[in-house]
Amino acid sequence: MEKNEIEAILKGHPFFEGLDAGQLSAIADCATDSQYETGQFIFKEGQPSEHFFLIRSGGVALEIFVPGKGPIILQTIHENSILGWSWLVPPYKKQYDAQAVKPVKALKFDGKKVRGLCEKDPKLGCTLLMKFSEIMSERLWATRIQIMDIYGKES
Amino acid sequence: MARKARAAARHNASGFMVPELYRVVKAWRETHDSFSLELAPADGSPVMRFLPGQFNMIYLFGVGEAPISISGDPAGKTLVHTIREVGSVTRRMAKLKEGDTVGIRGPFGTDWPMDAARGNDIVVVAGGIAFAPVRPIIYSVFNERAKYGKLAVLYGARTPGDLLYEKEAKCWRSHEDTEVLMTVDRALPGWSGNVGVVTTLIGRSKSGNDFDPYNTVAMVCGPELMMRFTVRELIKHGVPESRIWISLERNMKCGIGLCGHCQMQSHFICKDGPVFRHDRIRDIVNRREL
Repeated sequence: MEKNEIEAILKGHPFFEGLDAGQLSAIADCATDSQYETGQFIFKEGQPSEHFFLIRSGGVALEIFVPGKGPIILQTIHENSILGWSWLVPPYKKQYDAQAVKPVKALKFDGKKVRGLCEKDPKLGCTLLMKFSEIMSERLWATRIQIMDIYGKES
Repeated sequence: MARKARAAARHNASGFMVPELYRVVKAWRETHDSFSLELAPADGSPVMRFLPGQFNMIYLFGVGEAPISISGDPAGKTLVHTIREVGSVTRRMAKLKEGDTVGIRGPFGTDWPMDAARGNDIVVVAGGIAFAPVRPIIYSVFNERAKYGKLAVLYGARTPGDLLYEKEAKCWRSHEDTEVLMTVDRALPGWSGNVGVVTTLIGRSKSGNDFDPYNTVAMVCGPELMMRFTVRELIKHGVPESRIWISLERNMKCGIGLCGHCQMQSHFICKDGPVFRHDRIRDIVNRREL
């Protein structure tokens, strides 16, 4: 995929709203096109977290392996969603497994390069941090609701 | 209005407190802890008319009575209830079989705003067993499809095994301008559907189905916590609060606002509800003391 195509995708996506043309161009330089077949692992728990993804189509299951029980799906991520935030915080290790449940087309961003951009351009760093915080906050909230078992008979 | 009149006429004919005898035409399991009953008047008379969102008091003779939402087609020739086994009465109801009889009082309560929704997009959000009271909305839309805009049905349950009406949902999806999204709170690998809270479907539906929030009527039913967060999410996506309706559940006994069991401040859920416009009930439903 050409850089101008990547820039066009970023420009039209709400996650990158608020970034100027130069910042979008710099982030586009960190992105590559990637595809995954159903059942393919995009990453696994404990691996170095070097990338994050913008899912363009398909579906991804975030799973955790529970000894004695096997893997459990915690959440599914779909088109237009951002996947992965552990590239942003030390020790930069993946917290879950991510497996494609439908054929996935995604933009794959080099986290180390993006961190470098953020260090050079603190405004960009602050904007991205706030956007990722929003995603983390929403997912934390959703996980809490799931843990509460609101559809259980005692609820 | 004609249907309201018919429902009222039925009330007047039978009286609010006298159960009518209904025969079980068919009984079947929906999930491991829920089942459906198809009922018809035992004397062969026409089935009661009801409006989407209303409920009946179902009396199991010698056991007790329970308020149960009507889950069937308002234009149908029989009465369908989907029931979760949660107490002594509903556990015994689960054992009913074809030919058994029950007493029915009803229909009671307010209905979903189907008239106000005409010409608008409709977003239905349901959680758990509360898919049952919203199913008549879906039937009503399909009965008069041209009168409504886009329909989004967003449904969340605990696990894939708890999802109601999955086969029917496949048919609903084939209708034009209709989106049906389901999600579960937990699943094992091999499940290719959604996992996550039902509120996450609102954003997906907004971008996928592209409902127009200012011309949308949202109807929400489920556990109160789920409804609270669903309302917040709908508002976040631009749906005005005055266009959001919720259905409340309380300890309903008489069904006609006399006994006070279901009273919330000045409202009797059985009579003034269970369906309320959210901005009219917000201060009461979110009050901790009630």
